[in-house]
Amino acid sequence: MPRVLILLALLLGFSPAAQAQELQTLLQPHAQEVAKPGRRTVGTVLDDLASSGIPQVATFLEEWQDKSVWQSPEGLFFIADEDGDNLILTDIDSGVETTAPSDGFTQLKPNGGVRRVIGTALVQFQLMDPDLNRRTTAVASIARRPEASQLAPLLGSIDGEEDPTLKARKIQLANFLSASFAEEPTDRIAAISSLSTDVSVEARAVLNQILTTRPALAEELPTDVNVARVLNPGEDMSLDAAYELLVADDLAAPRTDADTIKAALASNIINGRVGDVPVAQLGTTANRNRAYAQLAHSGTVPPLVTDTDRDAALAKFTFFEIYDEADTAITDAATTALASVETRVAVGQSADLALDALSLASIYFLAAIGLAITFGVMGVINMAHGEFIMMGAYTGYVVQLFIPSYTASIIIALPLAFAVTFAAGVAMERLVIRHLYHRPLETLLATFGISIALQQLAKNIFGTQARPLTSPAWLDGAWVFNDVVQISYIRIAIFVLAVIFLFLILFVLKRTRLGLEVRAVTQNPGMAASMGINPDRINMLTFGLGSGIAGIAGVAIGLYAKVTSEMGADYIVQSFMTVVVGGVGNVWGTLAGASLIGFLQKGIEWLNPSNTLAAQTYMILFIILFIQFRPKGIVALKGRAAAD
Amino acid sequence: MNKSFLMRNPSTLWFLLGLSLFTIVVTILSDAGLGVMSTSFVKTLGKTLCLCLIAVAMDVVWGYCGILSLGHFAFFGIGGYAVGMWLMYARTEGIVLDSLATQTIPPTAQEVTDAIGNQIFGVVGSSEFPMIWAFSDSLFLQLLMVVLVPGLLALVFGWLAFRSRVTGVYLSILTQAMTLALSLYLFQNDSGLRGNNGLSGLQNIPGFENTPQSTISLAFFYASASAVALGYVLFAWVTSGKMGSVIKAIRDNESRVRFLGYHVESYKLFVFTITAVVAAIAGALYYPQAGIINPAEIAPIASIYLAVWVAIGGRGRLYGAVIGAAFVSLLSSWFTGGGAPAIPLGFYTIQWTDWWLVLLGLSFVAVTLYAPKGIGGLFDYLVRKPS
Amino acid sequence: MKFNKSLSASIFAGLLASTSMVAAQDCAEPIKVGVLHSLSGSMAISETTLKDAMLMLVEQQNAAGGLLGCEIEAVVVDPASDWPLFAEKARELLTVSEVDVIFGNWTSVSRKSVLPVIEELNGLLFYPVQYEGEESSRNVFYTGAAPNQQAIPATDYFLEELGVEKFALLGTDYVYPRTTNNILEAYLIDNGIAEEDIFVNYTPFGHSDWATIVADVVALGEDGKQVGVISTINGDANIGFYKELAAAGVSADDIPVVAFSVGEEELSGLDTSNLVGHLAAWNYFQSAESDANTDFIAAWKAFAGEDRVTNDPMEAHYIGFNMWVNAVEAAGTTDVDAVRDAMYGQEFPNLTGGTAVMLPNHHLAKPVLIGEIQADGQFDIISQTSEVPGDAWTDFLPESAVLKSDWQELGCGMYNVETESCVQLTSNY
Repeated sequence: MPRVLILLALLLGFSPAAQAQELQTLLQPHAQEVAKPGRRTVGTVLDDLASSGIPQVATFLEEWQDKSVWQSPEGLFFIADEDGDNLILTDIDSGVETTAPSDGFTQLKPNGGVRRVIGTALVQFQLMDPDLNRRTTAVASIARRPEASQLAPLLGSIDGEEDPTLKARKIQLANFLSASFAEEPTDRIAAISSLSTDVSVEARAVLNQILTTRPALAEELPTDVNVARVLNPGEDMSLDAAYELLVADDLAAPRTDADTIKAALASNIINGRVGDVPVAQLGTTANRNRAYAQLAHSGTVPPLVTDTDRDAALAKFTFFEIYDEADTAITDAATTALASVETRVAVGQSADLALDALSLASIYFLAAIGLAITFGVMGVINMAHGEFIMMGAYTGYVVQLFIPSYTASIIIALPLAFAVTFAAGVAMERLVIRHLYHRPLETLLATFGISIALQQLAKNIFGTQARPLTSPAWLDGAWVFNDVVQISYIRIAIFVLAVIFLFLILFVLKRTRLGLEVRAVTQNPGMAASMGINPDRINMLTFGLGSGIAGIAGVAIGLYAKVTSEMGADYIVQSFMTVVVGGVGNVWGTLAGASLIGFLQKGIEWLNPSNTLAAQTYMILFIILFIQFRPKGIVALKGRAAAD
Repeated sequence: MNKSFLMRNPSTLWFLLGLSLFTIVVTILSDAGLGVMSTSFVKTLGKTLCLCLIAVAMDVVWGYCGILSLGHFAFFGIGGYAVGMWLMYARTEGIVLDSLATQTIPPTAQEVTDAIGNQIFGVVGSSEFPMIWAFSDSLFLQLLMVVLVPGLLALVFGWLAFRSRVTGVYLSILTQAMTLALSLYLFQNDSGLRGNNGLSGLQNIPGFENTPQSTISLAFFYASASAVALGYVLFAWVTSGKMGSVIKAIRDNESRVRFLGYHVESYKLFVFTITAVVAAIAGALYYPQAGIINPAEIAPIASIYLAVWVAIGGRGRLYGAVIGAAFVSLLSSWFTGGGAPAIPLGFYTIQWTDWWLVLLGLSFVAVTLYAPKGIGGLFDYLVRKPS
Repeated sequence: MKFNKSLSASIFAGLLASTSMVAAQDCAEPIKVGVLHSLSGSMAISETTLKDAMLMLVEQQNAAGGLLGCEIEAVVVDPASDWPLFAEKARELLTVSEVDVIFGNWTSVSRKSVLPVIEELNGLLFYPVQYEGEESSRNVFYTGAAPNQQAIPATDYFLEELGVEKFALLGTDYVYPRTTNNILEAYLIDNGIAEEDIFVNYTPFGHSDWATIVADVVALGEDGKQVGVISTINGDANIGFYKELAAAGVSADDIPVVAFSVGEEELSGLDTSNLVGHLAAWNYFQSAESDANTDFIAAWKAFAGEDRVTNDPMEAHYIGFNMWVNAVEAAGTTDVDAVRDAMYGQEFPNLTGGTAVMLPNHHLAKPVLIGEIQADGQFDIISQTSEVPGDAWTDFLPESAVLKSDWQELGCGMYNVETESCVQLTSNY
């Protein structure tokens, strides 16, 4: 602080021409606060700046908020741009640019809380600004920290607003502010009532803020306050909690807990006894209470408050909650509006949960559909299926290394991932699986060997760290129906992909020559061969197809989650269960299985939202039981095809 | 009866002889004898013996009965948890009683329990004793749990599965799902078994605080060796004679055995359950030597490795399982422990810590394709050659 | 049996050979430093860096003349992210390689695994990672942050500077998030946050389906209170979490997220342009401005490669190793008991400025830094406290508030100040 004073003196001394209306001069008494601002304390500086009427204040505040203000070694503030080791300094008053080495300069980094307060201070400058971005920022600042004083300027700015989106937003926001801060109760009630159809988080926040309560107690229920509800100890609150409230108001003696009793006993040992109880016998609660009762009787310690005492004390008082808002009409209107909103929110949440479940189901479906072909149609159990998913994802990653455009890279990555995993699948079928067609358990083990080898290979090549696979900008963000129901575009894309593949596979299997041959070979290879179909070729192609689809699934899963060498292992057990639960040998079955698992998992999560792991555990347990009682799955094949 | 049974099975006798020799050699080399073998290596050998025991059980259920169970490591883990609970409780109780004895007022039973709970579960941010720990104060009851919990689980699971005629790869996937569910369950803190932290400090045996680890590790080594010997004889008996024939027949053609009038489900259930119990006993011996058990041990991958050991060692022969488990697990720790020399190829150096799993995976494919009898098959070759 | 025996024999030969390999300098044999970090398995990505950092520190010390006139030799073993193997390897280091000190471990469960071994054999371990506290071992020096050196200051920042009134504590389901969140819940309630304003959620390792959880967090704002997220989400799962945050359009201005397990390494797995302004709390960021840090980063890049980044646990090892070297020189021996006594009060400059001091509770006094994520994946430090002394037993949980650790004066890591007795001498594991 002394340093600042000296600086100030120097400044005044050396530049007598400097006017009081210069921003730099105005800032200097606050230099310390400006350099290291705090959310609670920065207000005084901002008030001074805002009331000074200096035109440069708005720019300065914007730059400050943007971390572009630097402090010189002498304590002066500049707007600065870094240029190597130098700083391009802009004088905050004159706007004159100079260059100086950055040594000794410190960058001002106001934290998020301060930036928000600055944003509020900027509102008055930005609300009428010709620049749309500035006006939008101002409106966002109001939304973040609504204050009564903003209502009038906001209302005033609505008529002149040209941008329709922003205008609608301003009207909405003005409505929120009216509900909380309007002068006339009728205005508030009108605003509140208009919120009853608005499910946005902000509208609910406004209503909930109006309806905040505080607990209170009295011997008789008072009539002069706005009572929210009466609390019955034992039902609405625990007996002990109610008693605590009495104790806090000095209306009852505190309860004696076990530790207090123990401490009291320990400090009252006389000749190895407390009362007539020997210390060695104090190892039971009954004896301790007996000894304590004796101490209380002799007046050494306060008497024990028993449960009966507690209940008697509670019976004398009424407990209730009162609204912070005194006007009953307003709280009534808010309660009605909130009830209506909450019904809508509940409906919205169910819809959102259903969307999430649908999205999860489509991810499971996409991961499992390749398996539905190799395992379901061919009966080959491929434990390396998860690693094909991983290969697809890494293919996407590698493509992005070479092609900087995310859109182009995805368009190339999808077919390339198919090609890579198709080739890998064909190679595996030719080299390994072909020799094991009649030994399913051994296929399981051999493909598992391939799975661990591939996983480790991926680790050796790409490292164990997750690799970025970035979705193109048009897949960023979410489709927002309202604040409750929304889903990210990438999940919609996965859903669309899943639907495409469902129909593609159905088409291939049911409507093409290849599909016919696949089904023929599956049902009776010998007969198919004698009809001129080459079973080897068909098996190879089918397996390749299943693997190739896994590769595409890998790109999709990598886009929405992560690309690691272990990502395949995360999906393999679930994928197998999807296929088995749905019913082997049927694409519709896989769809049913994925839907069941997706919806079930989201349902259990909803019941126990704080523990996602439990949802997975119970989901698997359910599937185990389900398979025990319906071994052939949801869509069971009938007749000869159902035989093992 | 027993003697004649051994006489009819010379390979069992040879195995017991080899095992005794091995035990004697280890004793001589260990701190009890020449002292050239470190305690940590004795522990490694003891643990390897436990792995051999579960591998033998796996061999019976898979190699003999044809049920590819990917869930036996779950039973192994349950055994470890059951014995671990007593070890943790008893050790902590000792510490707590010592500490509370210094207070002026003797503690109540509730205070003792609270203090123990706080010590054990404070690590995971809780202090309440979960229901699951109800018997943890009694060694006898917990040892009973080692046998009963996996036994009952296997019985119920097996009964449901075999009754529904879930066979082949379906059963494998189902057992794998069971393992996954169990490990996910244990990963939760709410399970009351300390979540991801698991149970630790199991190498400190209550009542033997002052016995050096070198002695304790040797004692556990003997116990493991005896368990392997007993388990081997038990399974050699199960797989021989008429019952052995039925079991092997189920593996080769289940329907035909059923048509011959045998109650296939009962046989399978018996084999599944008894191997689960033996796996749990192996686990109960393993984890006090390892010192810590946590849910990662039970992850589905562990059970698959078990199948790998048995396949490499040679299915359908008990000594094959022992060889496979010992060979692969020791080799694995040698390679991943940085013991194997790196191979420079000029442009690239093969570090075995990175490439061992690739090698294991591929050699596993090779064994399945070209040597379905595994290493044990070599013995056939040796035995047949003179004739 | 043939394979088994021949194999064990060959392992033996290997072990014997490694112990007899002794480079003769002017002292009988080099001083051995054990490095117990996973070089394979799931933790390798984090721990390999620390192994390299240790090798660099040893090399630097040898170049500066070694220690007590002897060469320092680093004995590196690989516990392969397998917790029981940590105990086995620690025993091997102490009994077979006979190292004088061990630097190692990352996860809490691996530390709990080696504790009994280290205590039984009276070894010395330096543990460099932020952890949940509630532990004090005579044989371990904790150079990472205790909860009061990371979680509590970050929460204060939320309460004070960002004005957060409603908290979402999101974590991966394991011991560090569980214990930290327990402490934070108690702390928040002490600070007047109602219990219903604290939302706690745990997800498994590597969780990827975050849509519902992010929606739940957004919905927390429905009563008009400022919402903040405290994330103890570990590793890969962060990628899905931040991607979903970005997709839902949650900006740091609306719902700030502070993470305790996200550093420069983790951010390299995703595009941070949508995450600018979200926070992380550590004792060190690569972007810290000090001469020591500039030198350290330069030395690290020269040693390990130009594209490598530095992180908080590396600084912890840097301080820990240098303190140990100074303590050995002060004690004139590498004997564990003598070194431990010499460790108390050791001072060494932090890379972020200021001085770290080793306290009698085996924790360091270190400054706490809060950084904002920038578009380039680095952190912009916006808050730095003065040195905060690490606290082994938190003051905010009733059971541990009465506990105190003081190995220098009281000779006890779990001292109950109410009953004035030592609860136990070994640590709880």
